[in-house]
This record gives sequence, C-alpha cells and structure tokens, in this order.
Amino acid sequence: MLKIHDLQAGIEGRKILRGIDLEIKPGEVHAIMGPNGSGKSTLASVLAGKKDYEVISGTVSFLGKDLLELSPEARAGEGLFLAFQYPVEIPGLSTTIFMKTAVNEVRKYRGQEPLDAVAFLKMMREKMALMNIEQSLLSRSLNEGFSGGEKKRNEIFQMAMLEPRLAILDETDSGLDIDAIRIVSNGVNKIRNKNNSVLVVTHYQRLLDYIVPDFVHVLYNGRIVKSGTKELAFELEERGYDFIKNDQPLEQGA
Amino acid sequence: MNAVEYYKDQLEQRVLNDSGSGSGLISLRKKAILDFTRWGIPTMKNEEWKYTRITPLLDKLPELPKNGDKQIPFTVQDFQKRQLPGHELANELVFVNGLFNSDLSKLISKEIQVLPIDKMQENGMQEILENHFDHSSKYLQDGIHALNTAFLKDGIFIRVGEDLKVKKPIYIYHITDARASNILSQPRSLVLLEKNAGLQIVETFLALGQPQNLSTESFSNHVIEIVLEKDASLEYYKIQNDELTNGQVSSCHIRQLGKSLVHTVVISLEGGMIRNNLNVVMESERCEAHLYGLYFQHGKTHIDNHTIVDNRKPGCFSNELYKGVLAGESTGVFNGKIFVRQEAQKTNAYQSNKNILLSGKASVNSKPQLEIFADDVKCSHGCTVGQLDDEAFFYLESRGIPKTKARALLVGAFASDIIEHIRISPIREWVEKLLAKRLEIENR
Amino acid sequence: MNSETFEPVRQELGKEVDAGLSTIEKTVLSDYKYGFITDIEADEAPKGLNEGTVRFISSKKNEPEWMLEWRLKAFRQWQKMNGHEPKWANLKFPPIDYQDIKYYSAPKQKIKANSLDEVDPELRKTFEKLGISLNEQKRLTGVAVDAVIDSISIGTSFKEQLSELGIIFCSISEAIREHPELIKKYLSTVVPPTDNYFAALNAAVFSDGSFCYIPKGVRCPMELSTYFRINAENTGQFERTLIIAEEGSYVSYLEGCTAPMRDENQLHAAVVELIAMEDAEIKYSTVQNWYPGDKNGLGGIYNFVTKRGICAGNRSKISWTQVETGSAITWKYPSVILKGDYSTGEFYSVAVTNNYQQADTGTKMLHIGKHTKSRIVSKGISAGHSNNSYRGLVHVNRQAENARNYSQCDSLLLGDKCGAHTFPYIEVKNASAVVEHEATTSKIGEDQIFYCNQRGINTETAVALIINGFAREVMNQLPMEFAVEAQKLLAISLEGSVG
Repeated sequence: MLKIHDLQAGIEGRKILRGIDLEIKPGEVHAIMGPNGSGKSTLASVLAGKKDYEVISGTVSFLGKDLLELSPEARAGEGLFLAFQYPVEIPGLSTTIFMKTAVNEVRKYRGQEPLDAVAFLKMMREKMALMNIEQSLLSRSLNEGFSGGEKKRNEIFQMAMLEPRLAILDETDSGLDIDAIRIVSNGVNKIRNKNNSVLVVTHYQRLLDYIVPDFVHVLYNGRIVKSGTKELAFELEERGYDFIKNDQPLEQGA
Repeated sequence: MNAVEYYKDQLEQRVLNDSGSGSGLISLRKKAILDFTRWGIPTMKNEEWKYTRITPLLDKLPELPKNGDKQIPFTVQDFQKRQLPGHELANELVFVNGLFNSDLSKLISKEIQVLPIDKMQENGMQEILENHFDHSSKYLQDGIHALNTAFLKDGIFIRVGEDLKVKKPIYIYHITDARASNILSQPRSLVLLEKNAGLQIVETFLALGQPQNLSTESFSNHVIEIVLEKDASLEYYKIQNDELTNGQVSSCHIRQLGKSLVHTVVISLEGGMIRNNLNVVMESERCEAHLYGLYFQHGKTHIDNHTIVDNRKPGCFSNELYKGVLAGESTGVFNGKIFVRQEAQKTNAYQSNKNILLSGKASVNSKPQLEIFADDVKCSHGCTVGQLDDEAFFYLESRGIPKTKARALLVGAFASDIIEHIRISPIREWVEKLLAKRLEIENR
Repeated sequence: MNSETFEPVRQELGKEVDAGLSTIEKTVLSDYKYGFITDIEADEAPKGLNEGTVRFISSKKNEPEWMLEWRLKAFRQWQKMNGHEPKWANLKFPPIDYQDIKYYSAPKQKIKANSLDEVDPELRKTFEKLGISLNEQKRLTGVAVDAVIDSISIGTSFKEQLSELGIIFCSISEAIREHPELIKKYLSTVVPPTDNYFAALNAAVFSDGSFCYIPKGVRCPMELSTYFRINAENTGQFERTLIIAEEGSYVSYLEGCTAPMRDENQLHAAVVELIAMEDAEIKYSTVQNWYPGDKNGLGGIYNFVTKRGICAGNRSKISWTQVETGSAITWKYPSVILKGDYSTGEFYSVAVTNNYQQADTGTKMLHIGKHTKSRIVSKGISAGHSNNSYRGLVHVNRQAENARNYSQCDSLLLGDKCGAHTFPYIEVKNASAVVEHEATTSKIGEDQIFYCNQRGINTETAVALIINGFAREVMNQLPMEFAVEAQKLLAISLEGSVG
C-alpha cells in the first residue's frame, strides 16, 4: 500500500529525514516511535504534503501512485488521512458543514456521486455512534474551544467519515488522559479492517496497549534505526530511548 | 489681535534676529512659520483635534519668552523645592519657560553629551540635524507643532554614544514661570541613542503662577524627538502633575532606526488641559515597543492622549495599554492609531484602552484606529468604558471594608498595572503616593 | 438516538450546506453575472440638475404642490452645499459632475400595471434573469416584492393580501398621492434634507422607492422586499424608502440591488428612514451588489447612502443587516437613534472589497433613552487592491442611564495590496454606561488551508468555507432567502483573489 524508499526531507534548509525506508501492506498496523526531534512528525507531514517541508530525495508510492506528485487534497482523495497532532481551529465553520464538504469532495475525486443531506446525515449518525460523539460537538465551530480530548476524538470521527485506506495518527495520544486514550483507540480499532492500514506515530508505548501494532519502528536522527514487533515497544518503555541513542554513532553536525 | 497674527509677527522678527546662526535651522523655522500661518491653531474641525479645544487658551495670547533672556525670577531655591525624588542620583536638565537653563542643570553621567541644537552645525553634527530634527512634523501636521519649530530657541541635543548604557536616568524639568505674566513656553529637544546605547528619561512639567491670582495662566507646547539606532533601548517616562492654570500640548516622537526596544509610561494626574502626542515609528525589522498610559482626571480638567504606532518593516511587535479614570466634570480622550504598512508583514500590534467614569458629569471619547495594509499580521484593539466591578465591590464590602475605601482600593488596583511599569523606583513610589493622595481626595 | 436529535443539524444543513456549498462550486467560474443591459425604451429627463429638473420629476410623478415645494427647498439646500461633499471618509474618487447625470429615467410603460402579471414582459424577463421571478416569487417563497428599475417602481406584489391586514406596501410616489397625511407626518423626520450633501440631493430628485406602513399590533406575515436595478446609461438612481412600524408591530424588510456593467461610474444616492414606535420592531436587511467596476477599477456604482432609523417608542427595536459586495465606492452608515427607553439597535455587516473597490461603512448608535442597548458586529474582507474601512460611532448621552453597547469589528485581508481600516468613535457622557469595543485583523492561516486540503478540500473551496465561517455571525441574521444569495455573492466577489 505504502512504499517509502530512501526518503530525505527537511524544512527551511535543515535536513530532518535522512533516508527512510518503510513498507506498509494492507491491513497492517505500524508504529513509529522515537524521542523528541527524531523526525516523527516531519514524516507524517511530508506524507500528507505540507508545503513547508521540502523533499530532498527518495520516493513514496501509495497504492501504486507517486504520492509526492499529488496535491494534499488529491492524497486525501486517494485515501490518505492524517490525524493532526494539533488540529487547527476555524471560527464560524461547523464540523458538520466542514465534513459534508470534505466527504463530497473526496467522493467527487473518486468519481462517486455526492451524498445528499439525508444520506450524509445517516452516515454521520452511524459514525457518531461508533465514535461516541455528541451532536453538540459537531454543530460547534471546528475545533474552536474544544478540549484536547474533544479535538482528538473529532479527528478520529473525521477519519471514520472519510474511510481512508491509510490513516496516520500523529501523536494522537499526546495530552490525553487514559480514559480519552481508550475512547480514541476504540474508535480506531472499530474501523480497522483487512483493507486499510494504520501508521501510529507516538512517543510513548501506552497507546500501543490499545492499538496493537504488527510492527514497531524506532526513528532516531531521521532514520529508522531499529524495527521489530510490539515487544520492541515494551523494551523501549523499559529502557528508554537512551539505549538506542547509545548504539548510534554521533553524526557530524547532527 | 488673533493668535496667529500675533505670533507670526513676533516669530518673523526673531528669525530675522537669529539669521546669523545655522542656516539650515533658519530655513526650517521659516518654513514652520509659513505652515503655522497656513494651518493656524488647530480647531475642533481638525479630525485630530475633534475633542480638544486649545484655541481659547492661545487666544489669551500668552507671551513668548524674550529672546536670550535668562533673567527670570525662577531661582535655585524655587527649583530645589520642586526636584523629583531620586534626583540625587539622576542627571537633571532644566528648561525654564522653554529655554534650556544650564545653571540649574547637572550632568553626572559621562556617557551623556548635551549640546544646544543651534550649536550642532558648528560642531560637525549637520548630518544628524538634517536626518533627525523635525522628523515629527511628518506625523504632526498642525499649527501647534509648527509653532514650536518656528520658535526654536535654546533647545538641546542629547546624545549617548555607541555601546554606552547610562546607569543614571535623566530628569528633564519643564518649568513655566508665569508669576509675572501669562507665558507660552516651547521647549524642544532631540535625543540620539547610538548603536547599543541605553537611556532612561523622565520628563515632568511644572507651572508657577501667583497662588492668589489664579487667572494668571500659562501654556506649554513641548516637543521631544528621540532616535534609536540598532540594539538601543529607551525607557521614557512622562509624569504630568501640573497646576490647573496650565494648558499644555506635549509631543514625544520616537524613531526606531534599527532593531531596538522602546518602553514608555505616560502618567497624567493633574493639569488644566493636557494634550499628549506619542509617536513610535518603527523603521526597522523586529522593533519592539511597549506603551503604557494612565490618566486620572477630576474637576474640570481635560486630558487627550493621541498615540501612533507606525509599523513600517516586518516582524515588529507593539503592545499598548492606556487606562483612564475620570471623576468630577473631567473629560478624557484617547485616540490610538496603529498603522501596518504593506512591507510590515508578521507584525504583531495590540492596543487596549480602558476607562472608568466615576462621576455622572465626567465623559470619555475613545477612538482606537487600525489601518492595515499587510495581510500576514496579528492586530487587535479593544476599548471599554464602564464602572468598577460590582462583584469586586461586594466582595470587599463583605470583608468589612467601607464603600469609599473599597472604591479607592479598586481604582488603585485598576491603576496599578500601569504604574508597575515605571522601572525607576523613586519615581514609581512617588507616583504611587500621588495616586494614593488623589484617591483620598476623591473619596472624601 | 432518535431522529429528533438531528433536527438542528438538518436545519443547519438545509440552510447552509445544500445551499451554500453547491453554489460555491457552481460559481467558481462566474464573474459579475448581473451585468447585462435590458433594452427597454425609457422616458428620460435630459442630463443636468436645475430647478427645472426638480419640477420635471415632480410633475412626472403627478405630485401635489406641497411635495414640489418640499423638493425645491431641498434643492436650494443642496445648491448651498454644492461642492461640499463629505470629505472625511477614507475614499478617493474624482469629482462627480452633477450636471452630467440624468436624474430621471423611467421604463416606458403605457399604463401602470395593476398586478405584476401585467408587467411589461421585457421587464419581467429582466427580473427573471436576476433570479427575482416575480410570478414564481409570489407562488413559492411568499415574499412580497416591489421592483424598482432605474427611477421607477414597476409593480408591487401581494398588495391585496397585505392591505387586508391594514399594511400599506407600495411605491413612495403612490404613497405621496394616496397617503399624503402619513408622508407629511413622517417623511424626512429621521433624515432631514439638511443632514448631509447626498441627503439633500436625494430629497430634491428622488424619483421612487418603497413605502411601508405597519399598523398597530400587526405582525407582517411575510418578508417585504424591494429589488433595485439601475438599467439606463448615464443615470443616477435616487430612491427613497420610508418604513413606519406602529405600536407593537413587526416587519422584516429586504433590499437587493444590481446594475449593468458599464465603463462609466454611476451615482446612487438613496435615503432610507425607519420609524419604530413603542414595542415595534423593524428588521432591515440589504444585499448590496451594485456593479463594482472591472478588475482594473473601471466603472462601477458610486453608492452614497443615508440610512437611519429611530426607535421612537419604548422597548422598540431596529436591526440593520447588510452584506455589501458591490459598488466601486460604498459610503454608508445605517444608524439607530435610540430615543425610547429600553430600545435596542443592532448592526450586522459583512463588507467585501476586491480589485479597486473602496468601502467606508459602519454605523452610528446614538443612545438617548434610558436602558438602551446596541450591538455592532462588522466583518470586513479585503482583497486585491481594495480598501475596506469600518467607521462607527457609539454615543451615550448624559441622560442615557444604563446604556449598553457591544461592538466587534473583525477584518480579514487576502493579499498584501489591500487595506483594512477601523475607525471607531466612542463618546460616553454617562457614568452608568458600559461600552465595549473589540477589533481584530487577521489573515487566513496556511495551517487552516492545509487542514482542509488534508481532508480532500481544494484551496478555493477551503477559502470560501473559512470566509463564510468568518462572516457567519452576520449571515445568520439574514432571512433564509437572502442568506443563500449572500453566500454565493461572497464566493463570487472574492473569486481569484487567493492562490
């Protein structure tokens, strides 16, 4: 589904990703872990096509297409979803209207007919029940005045609505208490199936108790330095990131 | 005779008498006389003077001090009675009736150079003069500002050289001695802070009239221009606690030519009619300015604070907070302009004006303005007019504090977040005392 | 969960999603679509303005002598003021040659139509093109329409039904003839000809407009609407509207305007007066879409309008809502005089300027009565080389005990060649007043657009969504028929200004 080969990227002339190789197959859950500043969020942003980031070299193919050639909205249309670490606020724009627009734009991209209000409402109702989201949240301005937990739940609700092939969860657990993590993870697990994949980007192991990964990769200094199964996450939890750091030769100018 | 003709004749005569010295200044003054006669004394028809009337005060034709005349009655003893707290550890520059008085002045910091403006040319400072003197006239286009420039006599130039951080503040006293007659004093100064220089300035205004004859009046029309080069930092304080018989227009024009820091606090506690202009022109990237003001008026006094923050280059920051308390039959005016020019992307500019009316006969006019020509900016202004918080009142009363006392405490609290920005302790403590005294009076 | 929980959403969707979003898509490729010219034979006054012109207009309208006298007085007033157009606004335009304008142009119609079905088919087609199908309107939306083309009201729908309730809704010329007692009593009591230059001009030469009278205790059952259209060349439009709401009555009034695309600048100088008696409420909504000129600033309407209402009675309420997308120049300050105790004034405004448009608009809230309240919400959006100014006055009189005002003025800039300006004037002479004013200026964040992109929404649609969100508080004040139209207009007006 997703094939990343030797991806190097940076921001404002500063190189952050120094050669990433990663392959995700349909139905798999991958976790990328790493200490602060290792490049986790950069990877998520580059995959979603954020303008500020510059791809220096490497290739990324998504469902057989050259992902890096596509605009951010086309990537969404192809089925890539990024749950933001810091979802933005848009005053005056309700989540409902925002989602109706997004769903129909994505449907248009896929050559499907737009949903009418009734069909859209039906779909929204289902997903709301699935995500345990109250009506009031959706008629409020998008993310405006939402608590940390509400923002993250709203992200997962949007994911459910857009039915992506690959969902990237960027530090979705950050700033959440254990109950909120459970709710968000339940949401993710409910929409997993054999055709879609999840890439969890996180600093801590605790989210992986709920969203159990098939593979765990450790990102350090812009490279994947270790890959393994979920046991690797436990090891990291126990020993901290230092043992990874100590294994690595210090790079010049890093 | 009307005021314009009256002053025009005298000014022309003076320019003629002075024409021996510094030709650059003479032509500037001639142009200012033309501007003054063309524009006249600003009236309420002028948008910038919509709420403030100074014509009746100038129609009384206060006299210009005589040319070169330093034989005024104001004595050392008079001065000593009026020195500000902390003066022992401060540089002191004294203007009497708008003319610089070197006898009363003292300089204790070697880093500071002081020179009469009309001696700048012969001291090789022609360039500084040309570049910086009267830049304020680009922003203050009215007859009253032109009148100051046209008069220009015994103004001073203050310079702090590169990398010099002056530890002791400069107190600048503006004395208007109207015991003999109604006086129009027009002090003028130019300050240059060179690269990485630092200076604290405190300006204060004192009018003397005959106590038994309150009809003797005076008017002061003051201009100070301050220029900051890269990495310079300025603290500017203006404390107005003057006689009710004095009217004044006081203008401070600050230019930031390099990335630099400006911190101003303007406190107006007493005075018959006050109009303050404060301009901060940001001509370099990443300039920073903090502007604070407090006005607390009573009786029939009038205070008008006009401020301009002109963001001309990218990445500048400004924060402005002016607070007013209006008691008695006083009127307060706040007019704050923020300009963000096309080039000034990434500007952050904030402005807030808060007013409390303590009496049914007081009034306030507030006109905060934003003029924005760049899109990537964060700007906001806010203005409120209201009363002291009822709930806070109730809270204090429920703790056994009587109403009058509670009111004094709450007004004091309202004022304190301006006063706390005065970083010269003796001055801050003095202002706190003045305010406490005023609160006692208001609550009697 | 039962279906009732979804009612609010459905309403919201009905109002904003289905209407708003699909139209944004539709309008992506359109320019000013009301710029066509209708070929109608017109009865015109020659160019120029003198006493003869005033007499000509008065006689064309079969006006009584007292009306002519009133006009002539205003004309003399205007002559006195001549050359003294208000200069204080933040607007730049070349001097207007008042002698180069036609002050009267009427579509030639042999007899005045008794009902809209009898209206000249050419005219009817014009309004159909504008989306104001007079017949359809009648059947579907239940909005009573008075259509004014150039100087003349061409017909008013729903008249009979309204008159059963005692409501008078007709052209002002008709009111002058049929209801002189009301006109004499109320005309120019809120905006006297001496008020300003353009008010004097309007009083001298106004040729038509709407009149509306709601009797005591009547709640007008439908929206009343006037649709203004300038068609003829070199013509100024000077309409005059007067609305009187008697004790305890209610009316919601809508006004729409368009004009053909012409290279010249055309003058529009209207006067609107509202009078609300005790416990009465008037809600006045405008979608102003006069031709704004082309991309280089050529042509467009000069829109100099004086709109003012008086809350004459206790507990009365006047609410102005405006969506201003058109005109080369807009000079307009719908105001409320809060005379009655406990009266309320409101002003909701969205002003969009693009290309070389200039707008200087805002409101005046004059608090005179006790316990009066006012609320101002202004949203300015500037793009291209345009300049958009908010200018507003909140004045609290010495006697106005316990007055309350809240003002919020937000500006959004698209690009760095436009300007956004805020000029609020706050004058408080009563210590019990609470006045709050807040203003912000911002741009659309890159991160907001990226967030939308990531959800599959393209940048153009994302901008439209964000702008509609920005303006939502005002849009929500509009009656539904207008909200749809207004959302479309926002998208069209800002076309091509982003990206």
